[in-house]
Amino acid sequence: MHKPNLAKLRQKRPSQGGQDVEPHAQTERGNPSPRVKMTSRRPKHRQNAWQRSKRDRVLLLMVLPGMLLFVVFHYLPLLGNVIAFQDYVPFIGIRNSPFVGLSNFQTLFTDPAFWNAVRNTLVITALNLLLFFPVPIAIALLLDSLYHDRLKGFIRSAIFLPHFISWVVIVALFQQILGGAGVINQFFLQQGWDTVQIIGNESLFKLLLVAQVTWKDAGWASIILTAALASIDGSLYESATVDGAGYWKRLWHISLPGLRPVIILLLILRLGDALSVGFEQVLLQRSSVGPAAGEVLDTYIYYFGVQNGNWSVAAAAGLFKGIVALSLVLAANKLAHKLGEDGVYTKK
Amino acid sequence: MSKYATNRPIWMERPTVLGRVLKSLILVAMVVAVVFPFLVVISTSISSPESISRAGGLVVIPTDVSFDAYAEILLGGVVSRAVLISVGVTIVGTLLSLTCTIFAAYGLSRRGSFGHGPLLTIALVTLFFAPGIIPSYLTVKSLGLLDSYWALILPTAINAFNLVLLRNFFLGIPSELLDAARIDGAGDLAILRRVILPLSKAITTVIAMFYGVAYWNSFFSALLYMTSESKWPLQLILRVFVLEGQQIGVSGEAPPPQQALQMAIVVIAIIPILVVFPFVQRHFTKGVITGAIKG
Repeated sequence: MHKPNLAKLRQKRPSQGGQDVEPHAQTERGNPSPRVKMTSRRPKHRQNAWQRSKRDRVLLLMVLPGMLLFVVFHYLPLLGNVIAFQDYVPFIGIRNSPFVGLSNFQTLFTDPAFWNAVRNTLVITALNLLLFFPVPIAIALLLDSLYHDRLKGFIRSAIFLPHFISWVVIVALFQQILGGAGVINQFFLQQGWDTVQIIGNESLFKLLLVAQVTWKDAGWASIILTAALASIDGSLYESATVDGAGYWKRLWHISLPGLRPVIILLLILRLGDALSVGFEQVLLQRSSVGPAAGEVLDTYIYYFGVQNGNWSVAAAAGLFKGIVALSLVLAANKLAHKLGEDGVYTKK
Repeated sequence: MSKYATNRPIWMERPTVLGRVLKSLILVAMVVAVVFPFLVVISTSISSPESISRAGGLVVIPTDVSFDAYAEILLGGVVSRAVLISVGVTIVGTLLSLTCTIFAAYGLSRRGSFGHGPLLTIALVTLFFAPGIIPSYLTVKSLGLLDSYWALILPTAINAFNLVLLRNFFLGIPSELLDAARIDGAGDLAILRRVILPLSKAITTVIAMFYGVAYWNSFFSALLYMTSESKWPLQLILRVFVLEGQQIGVSGEAPPPQQALQMAIVVIAIIPILVVFPFVQRHFTKGVITGAIKG
């Protein structure tokens, strides 16, 4: 879709000059003089901040609404984390609540329910890494080995779809299929077999969560890996085959190394989310198994803070989580740099 | 070549029979795993009371079709109101998000413009540090937005990932095009509207869908911020009636069974996505990937 447009515009430039753009340009707001302002972009002498901001005022105005949203709904709440160091009482507000140092963190770290939530969270993260993480890689390799374009396209769109389904619906779908009165148990009953309890089973709960994540996101997560596979130079495979390498050898020595940077990137991003496992997903199902098996850090913060009114301690838990997540990402990124990979960001 | 002509490169060995069978089985299993739950839900929602009770609750293949459940739900009442709320929030939210994101992405797409670096950093930092549930709640509360529909929109109105995705795409547009437009006297608004946006249809569509789906699917922000039940969007209603099993109030002498009503709500929650998805999905690989990999 892009190509024809580009070509048309390119051709227009030398032949037609500004004839068809100019009339509109003069009516545009924020462009009082339709003079050519090419030079202003690379000034010969350095302009001061005032001149530069005046020159770029249209751009700045455009950025303004987005930045306002970031400041109000991301940075303002960051400041709101001070209540983690206060004995916050909603009635008197942040300004008048007394500071109590680190005592909220003390309360938090001596609360067994908090450590239970941390443990559950880490177990779920580990299960995710072990059971979910390899699936998109396998899917990408499988799709890459299909050479029928329409089939490939069909399967790809089928497995992308669940990514866009809400957690409420997914939990409902899983109940309908696996629940006590679900399709599978109905089938078992009709056959005269025993029913199996999957939903609401404490010991299976974490595996159920991983299964749901896999159903929802495995296909979608394969998209970026598929792209990385497609960018591998085909002549590598060709010469390897000529040298006698079979499918699995090529997979091991060409495909997987080609995926390495993307896999490392995804691992780092996962690490940053280590302490926030599917909040909505768990919140929706916690009641089916109770807090002992179903509490994760985010649901702990929600129930303990918003529901029970322990604002300050819950904010301390949130701050703890944020700081740990940030340090994990920074550390993993440093490690990636040491291993010669780009990681999430590169030093410039 | 047979009619199953493929693009298999010539150096690739022919697949073995066993390999092909295994591969087909895996692919079929994957597609069935995705499609089957949808099939059950849709079938049950359009089945008559008799066939539902015959099947024991859930229907896989519908025998006699009845749309009573949809009529019951959509002709006024709690669910219809929730649908209206969700539709409204999604439309207004998506328009707002898209506008802010496009403007911000364009505003940040010229290296060396005033404040370019710091402003970009402000956006990027939000990717690495989430503000947390409690402080977000307190912020929304202190802004007086509790129980207002804006609380469902504004806190998530701009997403740094989408912003960066779009900005990277804008950066990839050849600067000669922009220079040409500028020589022709176009200002920034005109360049954005006449040069940039027509070239960015695919990625803009994808980002619009990301935002739209996020608004339509979001359930926690409503749980957190909306105190009056009369303002709950569809996802929360879905949770109450389907997951928590609260009975749906019905009228008339022969009301459709609860099972069909529940599944009808699920289908209503899925339909917008099923409708939009086919139009957008072909852009995914093009739009998302080029942006994501460069970023």
